[in-house]
Amino acid sequence: MRIPQDLQYTKSHEWVKLYDEGTKAKVGITDFAQNQMGDIVFITLPEVGNSVTAEETLTDFESVKAVSDIYSPVSGDICAVNEELADAPELLNTDPYAAWIVELENIGDTVELLSADAYEAYCKEQEEA
Amino acid sequence: MSMLIFERSSAGRRLSILPEKPVEIEQYIPSECLRRQDLDLPQLSENDISRHYTELAKRSHGVNDGFYPLGSCTMKYNPKLNEAMAVLPGFCDIHPLQPLASIQGCLQVMAEAQKYLAEITGMDAVTLQPGAGAHGEFTGLLLIKAYLHSQGQLARNKIIVPDSAHGTNPASATMAGFSVINVPSDEEGYVDLDLLQAAVGDDTAALMLTNPNTLGRFDKNILQITKIVHDAGGLCYYDGANLNAVVGLVRPGDMGFDVVHLNLHKTFSTPHGGGGPGSGPVGCKSFLAPFLPGRLAMEEEDGTYGWLLPEQSIGDVKAFYGNFLVAVKALSYILTLGADGLAAAASQSVLNANYLMKQLSASYDMACDGLCMHEFVMSLEKLKQQTGVSAMDVAKALLDYQMHPPTMYFPLIVHEALMVEPTETESKETLDQAAQAYLEIYRRACSDPESLHKAPQTTPVGRVDEVGAARNPRLKFGD
Amino acid sequence: MGGYLPVDSAGQQQMLQALGLSSAKELFADVPEEMLLEQVNIPQGQSEWETEKAMRGMAEKNQVFSAVFRGAGAYRHYIPAIVKNVVAKEEFVTAYTPYQAEISQGILQAIFEYQTMICRLTGMDAANASVYDGATAAAEALAMCWDKKKPLAILAASAPPGVIQVCKTYCDGAGMELVVAPLRNGLVDKKALSELLQDQRAACFYLQQPNYFGLIEDVAGIAEIVHQYKAKLIMGVNPIAAALLQTPGECGADIAVGEGQPLGMPLSFGGPYLGFMAASKAMMRKLPGRIVGETVDNRGNRAFVLTLQAREQHIRREKASSNICSNEALCALTASVYLSAMGPTGLRQAAALSLEAAHILAQRLCAIPGFALRYKSPFFHEFVTECPVSPEYLEEQLAKRGILSGLPLDGSGMLWCATELNDESQIDALIQGIQEVTV
Repeated sequence: MRIPQDLQYTKSHEWVKLYDEGTKAKVGITDFAQNQMGDIVFITLPEVGNSVTAEETLTDFESVKAVSDIYSPVSGDICAVNEELADAPELLNTDPYAAWIVELENIGDTVELLSADAYEAYCKEQEEA
Repeated sequence: MSMLIFERSSAGRRLSILPEKPVEIEQYIPSECLRRQDLDLPQLSENDISRHYTELAKRSHGVNDGFYPLGSCTMKYNPKLNEAMAVLPGFCDIHPLQPLASIQGCLQVMAEAQKYLAEITGMDAVTLQPGAGAHGEFTGLLLIKAYLHSQGQLARNKIIVPDSAHGTNPASATMAGFSVINVPSDEEGYVDLDLLQAAVGDDTAALMLTNPNTLGRFDKNILQITKIVHDAGGLCYYDGANLNAVVGLVRPGDMGFDVVHLNLHKTFSTPHGGGGPGSGPVGCKSFLAPFLPGRLAMEEEDGTYGWLLPEQSIGDVKAFYGNFLVAVKALSYILTLGADGLAAAASQSVLNANYLMKQLSASYDMACDGLCMHEFVMSLEKLKQQTGVSAMDVAKALLDYQMHPPTMYFPLIVHEALMVEPTETESKETLDQAAQAYLEIYRRACSDPESLHKAPQTTPVGRVDEVGAARNPRLKFGD
Repeated sequence: MGGYLPVDSAGQQQMLQALGLSSAKELFADVPEEMLLEQVNIPQGQSEWETEKAMRGMAEKNQVFSAVFRGAGAYRHYIPAIVKNVVAKEEFVTAYTPYQAEISQGILQAIFEYQTMICRLTGMDAANASVYDGATAAAEALAMCWDKKKPLAILAASAPPGVIQVCKTYCDGAGMELVVAPLRNGLVDKKALSELLQDQRAACFYLQQPNYFGLIEDVAGIAEIVHQYKAKLIMGVNPIAAALLQTPGECGADIAVGEGQPLGMPLSFGGPYLGFMAASKAMMRKLPGRIVGETVDNRGNRAFVLTLQAREQHIRREKASSNICSNEALCALTASVYLSAMGPTGLRQAAALSLEAAHILAQRLCAIPGFALRYKSPFFHEFVTECPVSPEYLEEQLAKRGILSGLPLDGSGMLWCATELNDESQIDALIQGIQEVTV
C-alpha cells in the first residue's frame, strides 16, 4: 500500500495536498480507499463554483456493487475538478495519488489531518479490526 | 452468440399488418412539426421475428424451466388458469374510463380482491393502485405522513429501518420525504428491543419491518416491537415481501401493524414477467383509510358496484386503478386456494425450506441456528476463507446444474450470504436433487476450487464483465 | 381445497420425520400462539372449473364495446397476432429480473433491444428498462431534475389530469414544489410560462405531445424558453404519434417519457401498462430503475448485463433517488415485439391512419348541427368538440348501440379519439347513432 510522505490524510481515507501557503488544496482518495472499493466504475464530479465544508460529503464514487461517500478534508470553494475521471474512473484505482478529484481555494477549517506515518498506523489498525 | 434484432433487419422486409391506404400527412400536420429523423426500426418478416424471440426464450430461465429458489422473491409456480383468465376479452378489452354500468365485472374483481386481501392481512381497507412492492411502500408511507399531519404531528419525520431490511425500505422513506434511522439487528436478524426503545421518540413516524425477517426468522417479540413503537406515538409498517411463510395463518394486523403492502407477484402466484409487471396492494387500518390513493371499488346495497373516493386521499400514485390484470390473476389464485389452501401453501413453504436447509446444513454453515420459516440464509464466509470459493462461485456453479441460484449477498448483515427460498410448489424430489447439487458443489469447493472459479461452463455465455459494462456504458445498439 | 402442492400428506410426514418433528405446527413455534390462526375468514378453496366459472361470470358482466372512440390516456390499436404469441412464452412470463446474466441472456438482450427502440423512437441517447406507467414515468423524470437550488417543477395544464395528479403526489412526498402552467386556446401559454420561469427556481417543465386535448404543441419553441432559464425540458410523447411528429431529441428535450400502452398492450381496464423513459447523455446516470448494458463474457463473446446498478435502491438505499425495483419488463417486451412487427412502415401507417380517421371523424361530427371543434389548432388523433346535447346523455345513448363515445369533459365538451381501428363503417355507425339521439 502506497502512502506518499508529502501528503496529509483523513480517517475517512482521503488525501489532501495543501499549497500556496495553505490557501489552496487538492483532494483525492487513498490507495487504501480504492483497494477497499475494488474496481471503481464511476465518480460523480462536483460542480466548479460550489462551496464545501470540512467533514461534509464532497461527492461519491461507485464500484459495480457499492457506492461510497468522499468527505471534504477542508472547507473551501471548488475551483477545478479533474474532468479526466469522468471518462476514466479507473485512474482512481491505478494511480490514486495522481488522480486528484477537486482543487479547492479559499481554504478555511480542516478536519484532523494525519501525517503519512500516522495514517499508515491507522490503516493497519483498520485492517486488523 | 445470438444476433440482435437489428442485425437481422433487412431493408424493405415487412409484415402486412394494416391496410396500405395512402394518407397525406401534411394535409393535417404542419410540416415544421413533422419528424425528420429516420425511424430506424427493424425490418423483418414474421418468421424472422418468431425465430428471434424463440431463440431469446431459449436463452432465458423462468420458473417453468427449473428450480428457482431466489430468496425474498417467492418464485412459486404460476398457475395457468390465472393466465387464461387475464386474457379474457371481458377484462382485456375494457377501457379504464368506461361508464359505470359497463364495468361492473371489473369493479367486482377489484372489490373482491380488496375484501379478501384485507381479511388475509387483518386490515380494514385495501387499495390496488400501487404497481409493485416498492410502490406500495411509498404509498403506505404517504398514508402515514398524511395521517400524522392531520393530527398536527409535523415533527414525526423519521422512519426506523432495521439494517437487515430490503433497500427499497430506506429508499421509499426518502421518496416520501422522511429521514431514515437505521437500527442494527442482532445476528439472527431480530430487532434488538433495547436499541429500538432507544431509537423511538417524539420524532418517530413509523417502523418498517419485514416479518419473517430477511434471515427467514419470525420475530417472536413482534407484539413487544409494535407496542414500543405505538407507545412512542409512531405507526408500524409491514413489508409483505415475506408474507408467503405465514399467509392464511398469521395476519400482520394481529401482529400490531397499521399498514401493509403485499406483492401479488410473490405471495399470490402472479408471474414476474422478467422483472414485472407486479402489483403492490396496500392495506391499512380504518384510521388510515380516508387517506388511501385513487379510488376503491365497493359493493352497493343493491348488489351493484361503484367507486369510493377516500375523503382525504393522498392523491393518485399511478394512473387509473393499478395493474388490474395482475389483480385478476391474484383473485383467481385466492378463489382456487381459499382459506384452507392458503394455509396449506404457507405451511408447505416452511416445511420445504426447513427440509432443504436440514440437508444443506450437513456441509454449509447457516447464518443462524434452529428452524427457519419459508427461506434460510447460508454464510459461506468460512468456506471462502478455507478454499477461496465465494458465494458468487457457488451460485455460478449451480447454473451448470440447470437451476437458478439463490439470492446472493443479501441480507447485507451476513457475509458471503446465499438466501434460499424453495417455495411450496416444489416436490420433495426436486428438493432432494437440489440438495445433491449443492453438496456436490461443496465437495468440489474443497477438492477443486479452481473449477468453481471457472463456472459456469455450460451456459450460453460465461461470467460477464460487469466492470467494463459500468465503466463504458453501452446502453443501446450502436453505442 | 384447490392448490398446486406437489407434496402429499405421506410426503409431508417423511419430510417432518427428517426434521425430527411430528407436526407441521411445530414449524411455527416462534409465532405467538394467540395470533396463529387455523384459517383466515375467506371462502374455502375450490376446483379450477369452479374458479373459471366465477371469473368468467365477472368478465361477462363487463361490456366490451365493438367501437371505441375514447382515448384520454388509453388507446385501442390493432395488436398483431405475433405480439400475443411471443409475450405468452413461459420463459419470459415466469422469469424474475435477470440478475444471473449467464442464464438470462435472452431477457437481457430483449431489454437491450427495447432500450434501443425507445431511443430510436424518441431520438434520445439512453433509455431505461421501464417504469410502472406513463404517469409515474413523468413523476420519476421530475425527480431526475430535482435540485436543492431549484426546488420547483412546472407542469403544463395540457398534460393529462392523471399525469398531473400522480406528479403532484410524488412532489408532495419528496417536498418538491409544483405549479401548473396555464393554457391559451388549449396550448401552453408561452408568455405565462416565461413568467413562471423568470426567477430560475424551476428545475424543469413537463409537457405532453400531443397534449391531453390532442393538440400539437410547439415543443421546439418551448424548449428554447425553458433552456433560456436553465431548466430542463421533459417531454411526454405518445409513441404512435412519435412516428410522425418531431422527436423529443429534435425538439431539444432533456428527458422523454411516455405511456407505452399503445405499443401492443390491450386496454386492460388501466393496467398493466408501460412507462418508458429516455434521456440525453448528460442525464443518463439519473435514470431510475433497471438498465441493461452490452459487455463481453470471459470467453470474449458479446453479452448483456444489468448495469449502472449503483444508482439503485439495493445499493444506494436511503440515498437512492428512486425506490423502483420491479418494473414492467413483460410490457417492454410487448412494445419491442410490436415495434418489430410493425416496422418503420407499419408504425407510420398506424399513426397516419389514426390521424386520418380522427380528421374524418371531426369533419363528420362538425357537420351535425351543434357540434364544433373547441380548439382550432392542428391535432393528432384526439380532439374536443362542443356537443348539442349533454355529453353524458350522448355517452349513454351510444353505449346502448355498442359504441363507446368520446370522454365527457366539463360542460358541453367531449374528448374524441380515433385510431386505425375506427374505419369508415364504425364512423358511419357512430354518426348515425348521434343523429338519432340529437335530432
